[in-house]
Amino acid sequence: MQVSVRINGQQQAADVEPRLLLVDFIRDQLRLTGTHVGCDTSSCGACTVLLDGEPVKSCTMLAVQADGRELTTVEGLAKGAELDPVQVGFHEEHGLQCGFCTPGMMLVGKALLERNPDPTEDEIRWAISGNICRCTGYVNIVKSIRHAARLQAERATAEAPVAAAVSGGES
Amino acid sequence: MSVEVKPHGGIGESIKRKEDGRFLVGRGNYLDDVSLPGMLHMAILRSPHAHARIRSIDSAAASAVPGVVAVVTGELMAQHNLAWMPTLSGDTQAVLATDKVRFQGQEVAAVVAESKYAAEDAVGLIQVDYEVLPAITSPQQASEPDAVVIRDEKEGQKDNHIYHWEAGDKAATDAAFARAHRVVTLTTHYPRSHPAPLETCGIVADVNPATGKATLYMTSQAPHAIRTVFALVAGLPEHQIRVIAPDIGGGFGNKVPVYPGYVVATAASLLLGRPVKWVEDRNENLISTGFARDFHMTGELALDSEGRMLALRVHLDSDNGAFFADAQPSKFKAGLFHIVTGSYDTPAAHVTADGFYTNKAPGGVAYRCSFRVTEASYLIERLVTNAAIEMGMDQAEMRLKNFIPASAFPYRSATGWDYDSGDYASAMNLALEKVAYSELRREQAERRARGELMGIGLASFTEVVGAGHGKDFDILGLRMFDSAELRVHPTGKAVLKLGVKTQGQGHETTFAQIVAEELGIPAADVEVQHGDTDHTPYGLGTYASRSTPVAGAATAVVARKLRDKARALAAHLLEASEDDLEWERGRFFVRGSPDRAKTIQDCAFAAYTNLPDGMEAGLEGVSYYDPPNMTFPFGTYAVVVDVDKGTGVVKVRKVVAVDDCGVRINPMIVEGQIHGGLTEGFGIAFTELITFDSDGNCIGSNFMDYLLPTSWETPRFECFETVTPSPHHPLGAKGVGESATVGSPAAYVNAVMDALAPYGITNIDMPVTSDKVWAALRSKGVTE
Repeated sequence: MQVSVRINGQQQAADVEPRLLLVDFIRDQLRLTGTHVGCDTSSCGACTVLLDGEPVKSCTMLAVQADGRELTTVEGLAKGAELDPVQVGFHEEHGLQCGFCTPGMMLVGKALLERNPDPTEDEIRWAISGNICRCTGYVNIVKSIRHAARLQAERATAEAPVAAAVSGGES
Repeated sequence: MSVEVKPHGGIGESIKRKEDGRFLVGRGNYLDDVSLPGMLHMAILRSPHAHARIRSIDSAAASAVPGVVAVVTGELMAQHNLAWMPTLSGDTQAVLATDKVRFQGQEVAAVVAESKYAAEDAVGLIQVDYEVLPAITSPQQASEPDAVVIRDEKEGQKDNHIYHWEAGDKAATDAAFARAHRVVTLTTHYPRSHPAPLETCGIVADVNPATGKATLYMTSQAPHAIRTVFALVAGLPEHQIRVIAPDIGGGFGNKVPVYPGYVVATAASLLLGRPVKWVEDRNENLISTGFARDFHMTGELALDSEGRMLALRVHLDSDNGAFFADAQPSKFKAGLFHIVTGSYDTPAAHVTADGFYTNKAPGGVAYRCSFRVTEASYLIERLVTNAAIEMGMDQAEMRLKNFIPASAFPYRSATGWDYDSGDYASAMNLALEKVAYSELRREQAERRARGELMGIGLASFTEVVGAGHGKDFDILGLRMFDSAELRVHPTGKAVLKLGVKTQGQGHETTFAQIVAEELGIPAADVEVQHGDTDHTPYGLGTYASRSTPVAGAATAVVARKLRDKARALAAHLLEASEDDLEWERGRFFVRGSPDRAKTIQDCAFAAYTNLPDGMEAGLEGVSYYDPPNMTFPFGTYAVVVDVDKGTGVVKVRKVVAVDDCGVRINPMIVEGQIHGGLTEGFGIAFTELITFDSDGNCIGSNFMDYLLPTSWETPRFECFETVTPSPHHPLGAKGVGESATVGSPAAYVNAVMDALAPYGITNIDMPVTSDKVWAALRSKGVTE
């Protein structure tokens, strides 16, 4: 079957078996290996990607179900050399150890901050509760997402005067 | 104007991790990310039965699946003398079953195919005719007189008994018990759990048909030791085997052993002349690879009328599964369990242990622990709390009364350990202060008066880590030293190569910091390489909290060797006597003239460009470090719980952890290790369980049944430290990766026991689930 997705801003198309899992499509066919497989039963979240901005577990979805949709993987988080606030947060707060859960955790964090730019600790813990980390004990992951929230706000403030000036010029 | 000052990254600095960059952008290189040209994929057929004779295997239908290249059976492996392999405990283990299957999930056959989907399709079509035999699922069943013999293929094996092992002094212990005022007894099962790293185990085996060289990409915590095992199993010379452990997605002991899948994939690559990848799925990981614990223990503590410990007596039965494959030093059949006197000055102790075969997966790995120290720590800490409750003493007072005093170190324990250093009372007092112990006891009294259940649990653990001195510690005869090779380039940038291998612990940062401290080169300029046997010096690997105690010491020693040579170079450059030079981190200067100085980078450049007569060029060296003793990290954990009488639900309200791991190289990384261990300890105490039904079916074979703590139920942690350096480690460091998994389960369970103490409930085996708590309360007549 034909499947066509827009992944990390690039259009990709392929002829795949109908049973091909989305995670295998991403990893084996598109060679984006930052998305991981941890459990096969949608319990651990290592395979989390964003589908039209919402976190999904790509081990329990077929590639063909993503046809025509927009995907973001960990490889799509940074804008060129500039890391996303969530990536900066995980580095600054020691939010990763072995790094295997990290792509999924960061994508969930990213999606959370999109809809809730200033989440509480409980809101973060609830958001990442479908993603298992065996190394960190979650304390520093929570701090990392809080760090990202602050950084995202700072970046927005830094950009705001420019945006205001532009819109002012138009009015 | 602000000036960005780059941190030097010496010891004690919480610099950010050097290895983070690749993981943050999805460019880690884990085993399953390795893809070689022409690579085939392997899937394994596993036994559905715990115990059965194999009558026949029919692989015709599987062979006919498009894309299938080969079906490998035990018979084929036997033709190459590879149907069985040695284990790390000197036993044998079936690679692919030929006669019987002995546990559910045992490897029976394998399919090698052009794609993993084709391999999985074909595995399902292999027909095996089994004659089912009775299954044995506990040491108690295994030791019944008429029990079926699981290892009937072993010559001379007439029953299911593996070993009997003892430590300590029986006569002295019996004498002390004879004069005891009180004996407190606890019988408990430390249940089977699984390390369950988020990345499962796997291999890409690439045997080059032209050169015969085997390049094996493996999820291995111990690549050098594994290479030696492969050399022994396959009869290949070691220079023809290259083991590469790429980035590892957590190990926790699970990635120490050699698994049958590794051997089959390597044999398949050898026979087919193409690379073969095998990556297990989660179910395979949980049902067949290295489990942990499964000790049935009875401990007896003899006390005088004041609550002083007179002696400790322990017997344990170990459930080792179908093959004795514990990953542990060969001298000690029950690991280092005889550290069981823990933090307490116990004049006499006697430990007996018996190991048994059962129809369960083999393994016996130390899940984030140093060879069974977790079981030992759990038993003594539970016993001390029970003793305090029975004698009407405060838990903390009981501990203080019996701690080995700080003045008594170095301390020889009743089972023969030489504790290096400790100050147990200071660590506990800090924990009591931080948790507000006195206030909590007052609150508990008020709540009890209102009929509410609240508990405070303590555990004052002592570990024994950093294996080890080579005369006592070896695996398959390999002495447990470790190594570091340091090479400084002309521009002053350095490469450090290690025999150990990170699985997330942060070696690439921590070990760079040791060089930064000892040789003065900023951590940013030190690249740490590890995991490739062709490019690193021999070492025994990363487990049992041994990297910092052993390889960390090797790193300090080799850095100091290079500093000595740099001193000679500096003297040459400064036209001064070596004796007149002072060292401060990063440079030598002439005593009394601090401006007359040469940096370590100057010295490095001179090592290649401007040498004194007679000196060899270069600035590099290697150190193989055999530690003089183990290290003994310690600490006190305090846990506060509320228990709901009506439902048995336990809510962990507060966790305070005081750790003393000696000198901390990177405090941020150390604290991260403690967080992780406290979480895994929480899982073991409350949720994680690998168990079996009476037919030997594994329950806990996926993440829907084997419950790992998520962010939602995992408690918050408050971490504090005391610092008692190890007197024999070059840096005073003791190792920390496992302290919290070792110490915390007892603290969590003691808190629940403290809450239930008014009802005379003295034990609930882990995991302490709400249904068990509810049933225990009901058994004591609590009906609300």
